[in-house]
Amino acid sequence: MALALVLMALVYFSPIWSITLIAPQYPTGITMYIWIDRITGNSPGTLQNINILNHYVGMQMIEPESIPELQYFRYVVAALLFLGLIAVVVNKRFIYLSWVLLVAILGIIAVYDFYLWEFDYGHNLSPHAPIKVPGMAYQPPLFGKKTLLNFVAYSYPYFGSLFIGISIVFAFLSSWFRKQKNYVR
Amino acid sequence: MRNLVSMMLGLAALILISGCKPKGAGEPASPFSSDVAAKVYVAPGQHDEFYAFLSGGFSGQLSVYGLPSGRLLKVIPVFSVDAEKGYGFNEETKPLLQTSYGFIPWDDAHHPELSQTNGVPDGRWIFINGNNTPRVARIDLSTFETVETIELPNSGGNHSSPFTTENNEYVVAGTRFGVPVPQKDVSVETYSENFRGALSFISCDPQSGKMSVAFQVLLPAFDYDLAHSGKGASHGWTFFTCYNTEEGTSLLEANASQYDKDFIAAINWKKAEEYVKAGKARDFPTSYYHNFYDDKTHNTTSEQLKSVKVLIPADCPGLVYYLPTPKSPHGVDVDPTGEYIVGAGKLSADMSVHSFSKMLKAIEDKAFEKEIEGIPVLKYDAILAGVVKSGGLGPLHTEFDANGNAYTTFFISSEIVKWKVGSWEVLDRAPCYYSVGHLMIPGGDSKKPFGKYMIAMNKITKDRYLPTGPEMNQSAQLYDISSDKIQLLLDFPTVGEPHYAQGIPADLVKPKSKQFYSLAENSHPYVTKSEDQARLERDGNIVHVYMTTIRSHFSPDNIEGIRAGDKVYFHITNLEQDWDVPHGFGIMGATNAELLIMPGQTETLLWEPKSEGVYPFYCTDFCSALHQEMQGYARVSGKNSGIALKWWTGSAK
Repeated sequence: MALALVLMALVYFSPIWSITLIAPQYPTGITMYIWIDRITGNSPGTLQNINILNHYVGMQMIEPESIPELQYFRYVVAALLFLGLIAVVVNKRFIYLSWVLLVAILGIIAVYDFYLWEFDYGHNLSPHAPIKVPGMAYQPPLFGKKTLLNFVAYSYPYFGSLFIGISIVFAFLSSWFRKQKNYVR
Repeated sequence: MRNLVSMMLGLAALILISGCKPKGAGEPASPFSSDVAAKVYVAPGQHDEFYAFLSGGFSGQLSVYGLPSGRLLKVIPVFSVDAEKGYGFNEETKPLLQTSYGFIPWDDAHHPELSQTNGVPDGRWIFINGNNTPRVARIDLSTFETVETIELPNSGGNHSSPFTTENNEYVVAGTRFGVPVPQKDVSVETYSENFRGALSFISCDPQSGKMSVAFQVLLPAFDYDLAHSGKGASHGWTFFTCYNTEEGTSLLEANASQYDKDFIAAINWKKAEEYVKAGKARDFPTSYYHNFYDDKTHNTTSEQLKSVKVLIPADCPGLVYYLPTPKSPHGVDVDPTGEYIVGAGKLSADMSVHSFSKMLKAIEDKAFEKEIEGIPVLKYDAILAGVVKSGGLGPLHTEFDANGNAYTTFFISSEIVKWKVGSWEVLDRAPCYYSVGHLMIPGGDSKKPFGKYMIAMNKITKDRYLPTGPEMNQSAQLYDISSDKIQLLLDFPTVGEPHYAQGIPADLVKPKSKQFYSLAENSHPYVTKSEDQARLERDGNIVHVYMTTIRSHFSPDNIEGIRAGDKVYFHITNLEQDWDVPHGFGIMGATNAELLIMPGQTETLLWEPKSEGVYPFYCTDFCSALHQEMQGYARVSGKNSGIALKWWTGSAK
């Protein structure tokens, strides 16, 4: 369980998702990294560059300060870490499994929330956009590859999500190990 | 039938005759017998192996080519204004062209020289001389922009410049024309008495590269032509050729060609440092400018200096020696070991090579022929290492490869001769089309020639390309020197008139090349870091416009309240932080040029509208799909109109 908590804590140090845009004029691509509390890129100007490209088709500006999830997600993770510590102290299988369930449900909600944001950015377009393509939406894929006009967008979970995934597995395993220990005793 | 036979016979004779016609100069190597085309082919999207920097001569600029393709990569404005880039027109770069004679929009740029570390080109900076109004400039190779110019006092025609020492301790300069020192109104007929030739040693800060005239050596007024600094054993010395030791002032083509030998002046600059330290230098009052560009403030600072330290050889024994060298020597080139000093007597067939160790011995033995103003002239036979019996005519300049070979250009016989350093035997020769001046081998004047290619910079073009009227570009030729035989690979036209070039492996420069300037680090006094800070400010009849650009609009793009006769400064900050997204700015009726602003940079255009009206402005560099929409208006009202300053983007505030 301790390992699960360490892995969980690592999401403060790695992005959880990455979206890469590739076009003829961007041979090396523009990559945006989504963290639990911020958005960065493969260069300091990435977010500005994506916003410049997006404004031509009328997409809203991506402003990390105005995305509430990026403000409170760090506290959600902190709370999960705290609950995990309590689970270690209580050391009951049921508590471990509850923690696993809680993380899994929150994870699914987070991915769904991410999808909603993507849907909003991709569909909620300014009527004054310079470039309007009838029937076109610019929602990036949640997972995988999608062509959006001249760009090919790739979206995949990053190390942070992987850490959460492994964390859940370890937490689940530790509930079994705990049981075996009791058995021996 | 008989007619047919005689016709066929005639045809056969014609074919025979044309088959016998003498091979014209410049017949290309047969594409079937060589892989010439493959050797210069750099596939689309691939990069060249070397950067080549060719001086622009009377264009005043420096052009950058890729080798072996011969593709032109950039023309860097240095001593001449360049309307294309706004260089010398915008307020930030104007001071780089400031001199004690005022603002000078042109010069004649001759010799580029890469900065060195331990005698090997390091790819940090490249220096180049301004010949007409004596100056040296430094170009930063992370931005490929001119960042510094320094004027040389007591000089007239800075030709023998800017050759560096092993670690850029000094970048040297020398006057081609004798001039009165200090300048005064005297008859040219008093030449020997009143005129002097100053050699300058410019120190270069190892970190910042900042230059400063450390000291000058005042010599007789011979014409100091070219130079190279010693390396290895001869590190600590710099050699300058001179012609016109006759001290003629008129009809020099005859009067400066009378003596059998002129000189190479050998300057012991380590000794000079000791003399300066010992207080032997005299402070000469003078006036010269030093201009320095900072890529954080995006501005140039100019300082006017009023004094220079001068060493007089008569006060400083052991500082200067003259090495007799036949027939008005042009190039003086030191081989990679530093032992051999090649003087190219441009009116002769043979070349004298001096030995540095023999020179030291001759000094020790006092093997002097005579003294000129306290400067010992060494005995020619005591210092001579050998003579290259070239078989050519008019040697000008020599570079070296990594295998102990030397390559010398011959202007009159229009060829390059390859010879062996030490045995002086001629190994090969290759024709040049036509009348080659200088040549360049990457690293060919350093301790470690990179070799592989050689370019000839030819003075005469004639029929080498499609004709373009009386005035044609000059021509360079690329040769493969990686095998025993020199092989001609490519012709390519050049910008202006290259007088020398430098080459360096791309890997030493490419990784350091900047993609854009950091907006966060921009400390220009008139920067506008975001659109909400865009504004206009009036101070009497001066209006400052704090404007921004980002794809695809200016902010503000509508301006009112300017009055006819105002001086309007457009301080434009490009807010972009991505590679290759410059924006331009042109406004109708501007009497200077455009601005071309790199991402993160601020540049200023002065606009002085004289009459009322509404003036369009627009982005001049195709920036995006909506580039053509990137435009705006500036309203100019009457001198006494009460229209207040007003500005907006999108909708009026």
